[in-house]
Amino acid sequence: MMKDKQDTRVVVGMSGGVDSSVAALLLKEEGYDVVGIFMKNWDDTDENGVCTATDDYDDVVRVCNQLGIPYFAVNFEKQYWDKVFTYFLDEYKRGRTPNPDVMCNKEIKFKAFLEHAMSLGADYLATGHYAQVRENNGNYEMLRGADDNKDQTYFLNQLTEDVLAKVMFPLGDLNKSEVREIAREHDLVTATKKDSTGICFIGERNFKEFLSDYLPAQPGLMKTLEGVEKGRHDGLMYYTIGQRQGLGIGGSGEPWFVVGKNLDENVLYVGQGFDNNQLYSDSLVASEINWINNTPHQPFSCTAKFRYRQKDSAVNVTNMENGKVHVEFAEKQRAITPGQAVVFYDGDVCLGGGTIDDVIKDKDYLDYVG
Amino acid sequence: METIYLDHAATAPMDQRVVEAMTPVMMDVFGNPSSVHSFGRKARRYLDEARRTMAKSIQASEKEIVFTNGGTEADNLALIGVAQANKDKGNHIITTAQEHHAVLHTAEYLEQQGFDITYLPVDETGSVNIDDLKEALTDETILVSVMYVNNETGMIQPVEAIGNLLKDHQAYFHTDAVQAFGMLAIDVEKFGIDLLTVSSHKINGPKGNGFLYVSNGVNIEALQFGGEQERKRRPGTENVPGIVGFQKAVELMMTDREQRKQTYGDYKEQFMKQLSENGVTYEVNGVLEHSIAPIANLSFPGANVELLLTNFDLDGIAASSGSACTAGSIEPSHVLSAMYGDNDERTTNSIRFSFGAFNTHENVIEAASRVAKIVKRLTD
Repeated sequence: MMKDKQDTRVVVGMSGGVDSSVAALLLKEEGYDVVGIFMKNWDDTDENGVCTATDDYDDVVRVCNQLGIPYFAVNFEKQYWDKVFTYFLDEYKRGRTPNPDVMCNKEIKFKAFLEHAMSLGADYLATGHYAQVRENNGNYEMLRGADDNKDQTYFLNQLTEDVLAKVMFPLGDLNKSEVREIAREHDLVTATKKDSTGICFIGERNFKEFLSDYLPAQPGLMKTLEGVEKGRHDGLMYYTIGQRQGLGIGGSGEPWFVVGKNLDENVLYVGQGFDNNQLYSDSLVASEINWINNTPHQPFSCTAKFRYRQKDSAVNVTNMENGKVHVEFAEKQRAITPGQAVVFYDGDVCLGGGTIDDVIKDKDYLDYVG
Repeated sequence: METIYLDHAATAPMDQRVVEAMTPVMMDVFGNPSSVHSFGRKARRYLDEARRTMAKSIQASEKEIVFTNGGTEADNLALIGVAQANKDKGNHIITTAQEHHAVLHTAEYLEQQGFDITYLPVDETGSVNIDDLKEALTDETILVSVMYVNNETGMIQPVEAIGNLLKDHQAYFHTDAVQAFGMLAIDVEKFGIDLLTVSSHKINGPKGNGFLYVSNGVNIEALQFGGEQERKRRPGTENVPGIVGFQKAVELMMTDREQRKQTYGDYKEQFMKQLSENGVTYEVNGVLEHSIAPIANLSFPGANVELLLTNFDLDGIAASSGSACTAGSIEPSHVLSAMYGDNDERTTNSIRFSFGAFNTHENVIEAASRVAKIVKRLTD
């Protein structure tokens, strides 16, 4: 039995940005019982006692007052620290490149926050993500957002069907420009607010400085895979596979790129040329596999993304014995990075995803990648 | 759905008669009380009369009343004004760990300015101990600031005993009586109080008004500079309509105080009885017999403040907690922390219900049954 919209309570996770503001607005216009909630996950209070969360919350308050909906705040600093930040640091310690947004969606936004919403009597949780939920004979599928450039299913790959049954993405069928336009039409105070960039808890700060507050940087040697010294690095955690910036290797010829890391010897491997063969691989192994709907019968073919905003590539997926999957690429891929997510799609349907553990070429594990 | 207000200790609705007293003043009395013409004199008469009412309400004299824009300003003036004016006599100030932030944060500011501050502990009953004060006093102490009634727990502090103790000491005695004023008969002379803070909006008067009682002979500096108003202790053109409303609220309070005590106390009892009958487990923070009638600070084992307050509000019940949670930053109640320790779960599962003019027997019962439903849902 469907409830009337006015009796259907939707809790909207509001960040103080334009996306979640418009998500709340659209739901309110549809007639739902909308409640805005600001989540505080990180304490960034500076030495002057100023905290960006206070300004963001202030924007949430102003938007909610414009919409005439109640607003509250909830604190998940402890959960965020335990589930997301600890993982984030651990991955860096292992020389990998973590994706805290994936973890935040899995553990905080669509778990702790969802539970919070439900204990406020909510029927649904809504967010301003660019993704879509489709009901298909009682099954809930997640589809890419209509805006190709903004699609956020990559970050949502760990969601499960029972979670999706309780989730709404009001912006799923809109383009970002339309969202801005709606915000402007309704004169929302966040209409022209700049989008946040980067990892939420680091914000606009210098990434290197931030990380060095938590992990000791151990400078070491930069070498080619062939063993030629090319200089020094500032600490392996500051580099990711395929990175060009910040190596400081001069000389003639093509630019240099990070091709791998050796954690035991604290060596950063570099190679010359964007298309350096050492950056390429033909398959990977991923763990933490989540299939949003039924586990596909394997082996099977689909497309995959290995990084956010990358084009899909054709892959073949095979189960492994240890719960991991082997993902074979139709075409060689550049700079596959352990710690990042691999996310699978069947057309517009996001099937799920996992975390990249190993990178393989010609049946050899590329140990130098990490 | 009927919304029910159980947060009178935060602010109280204005009495209709207060509005009626203010309206003609806003319409017809616009003069500046400092002006030396008929318009000014007309306004000045209202001011003088209000001042007389304020003085009478605490057994003080008119010259001892300094109008301010509220309790926070009065507390700031008392602490900073006395500290600055008396630093030649010593640099030690005593207050308590459970003061309102208007005192606590001002004390912290003075600490940064080089004053030495002692924060007296609070026992499990929510009261400061006179022996702790005795011990803390030194020849350097210039001011003791202890609230009359705690705003979160409603616990009445041993003000008379403190006043007595300080009669033979150089230290001035300031008390923040914002919560006490509407419920307890105050005699500044008899109780040995040198400075006392009162706020208008807590007793159904308009917001933006309060006063600081400054006993004759107290050495105090102003915090702001300008005209000669309030004998230079608080320059700035007076908010005459607000002060007239404040006066009316005080007059009504003086007449009705005993009746209010009875009624609000009944509400509190009824509310708690209803919770018990609905099978809710709770504990009273503090000691009921030593708290003022309108305030009940209740701990709900297994619940948490954020979820409770949000659910209450979504169900039309307005209450609050001492824990500030603006922008999602939970600061456990400093008052309950002072009473029970930082890690006691009462600091994060307690709600303050405060009854008053908005309430009726019916809406108190209704509120209790809604609260009971939510608490049971969240703790089952």
